[in-house]
Amino acid sequence: MRSGVEAPVAGAEAVAAPAGRAAIEARALSHAYGELVALDRLDLAVAEHEVVGLVGPSGCGKTTLLELIAGLAEPSGGEVLVEGSRAPRARLGSCAYMPQRDLLLPWLSALDNASLALRNRGARRASARAAVAPLFARFGLAGFESKRPRELSGGMRQRVAFLRTLLAGKPVLLLDEPFAALDAITRAEMQEWLAAALASEARTVVLVSHDVEEALYLADRVLVLSARPGRVVAEVRAPSPRLAPRLEAVTAPGFIAARERALAALAGGRDGRPAR
Amino acid sequence: MSRWAPPLAIVAALLGAWELTARIGWLAHALNLEPFLVPAPSDIARSLWDDRALLADNAWVTLQEVLAGFGLAVVCGALAAVVMHLSATLRRALYPLLVASQTVPIIVIAPILVVWFGYGIGPKLAIIALICFFPVTVNTLDGLGAVDPELPKLMRTLDASRGTVLARVELPSALPYFFSGAKIAVAVAVIGAVFGEWAGSSSGLGHLMLAASSQLLTARLFAAVVVLSAMAIALFALLEGLERQVAWWGPGRERP
Repeated sequence: MRSGVEAPVAGAEAVAAPAGRAAIEARALSHAYGELVALDRLDLAVAEHEVVGLVGPSGCGKTTLLELIAGLAEPSGGEVLVEGSRAPRARLGSCAYMPQRDLLLPWLSALDNASLALRNRGARRASARAAVAPLFARFGLAGFESKRPRELSGGMRQRVAFLRTLLAGKPVLLLDEPFAALDAITRAEMQEWLAAALASEARTVVLVSHDVEEALYLADRVLVLSARPGRVVAEVRAPSPRLAPRLEAVTAPGFIAARERALAALAGGRDGRPAR
Repeated sequence: MSRWAPPLAIVAALLGAWELTARIGWLAHALNLEPFLVPAPSDIARSLWDDRALLADNAWVTLQEVLAGFGLAVVCGALAAVVMHLSATLRRALYPLLVASQTVPIIVIAPILVVWFGYGIGPKLAIIALICFFPVTVNTLDGLGAVDPELPKLMRTLDASRGTVLARVELPSALPYFFSGAKIAVAVAVIGAVFGEWAGSSSGLGHLMLAASSQLLTARLFAAVVVLSAMAIALFALLEGLERQVAWWGPGRERP
């Protein structure tokens, strides 16, 4: 679990996984869309049940990286292994993906949206609903089972989307800026909520964010990516132990120092890289 | 009520002006025609009532042709859209044919269809289906392609097969588009039925119009036009009602 992850060695091996089997391993991963190089020889290792945050400037290939990990795309160079498998189908079988927009199906109720993975695997509607309904209370969605997405608030929609992702039953969760579309207050609430939800789930998580504070608050360590083509330029560990209320956590001196280190790395990655 | 007031006022004003000018004889004079060739709205209304049995019998024939031809086009059009959506090769092969089918001058080939299929419902079905197929297919195909590209990816991470993506995401997304196509199709279907009946038939509103026209029964001719329009409007409204029930998530729509 999160608190049990050992601190990694500093310096050149900063991006190596902490002790334990790597759930995700990328070696010299490159990806280009025609002329556009989105990722350039990126190395990444995420330990089992570790939560890793990825921050970087817009267009640095964060979403591309998630798609490569998830087996939705194949890299132009290098390789990526998920749970030890290189095959796209196996990667797809190990990863659940939560996009930036909730992408709930407007014609389905919240309950049916959350149970999509079960239905896709062949469960009957009634048995899928019966399996998912008890989780609604835990996710603060009790009473909203039969509501359509447009009747839910932004925060609720994201919770349904997260529940849908969890119910895919995959060991690896890939979260792509899950709260980017929310207002500041809802966003802070959702971060607190997600931190608690992740703490009770034994999953490997890669969280993409453009918000350093969000990434540091939610993740065990944060990797800072450079501007396109994206490479890991720095690693910042979240201060531990993590304080429970979000406000206390993000205002602790250790957290602020870590945040400033990440921001400095982000600025350096944006400006300081030699032109290709 | 206020929603209906403006269109009703305009229709009433036009009908009133038409009635007045026809009664006084100005309209026939202006068109340089005998007055009996230019019926007033009240003459048409009288024909609607007096010929109600005749109109109803012929309207029933036309309605059956329209429903059968439209139904055929909807089924074939939706299937063709799905096939073209699933196979890029078939789309490239079939799309030009689909467009070409709309360049066929139907009014000219209608007599040939009568020679081929006889005086029965066959040529009418062929013509109506040929006209209706196009808007249904093109709209449904657009709808299937208009799915947010992120959704199929998301569904794949949720263990969806290609067929599941089609059934759970693409078909429901395309349903409002399908209805748009079907509404266009049903409005032109009645014109197709009339073309078919003109080319050769012994009943139907098109046949009745042709007969009334040759007998210079202008009031009856207009009465048949009124019934035909009412049929198209009713079918359109029926589809719109159905759409609100089963495809309320279309772009820019609110829940009922």
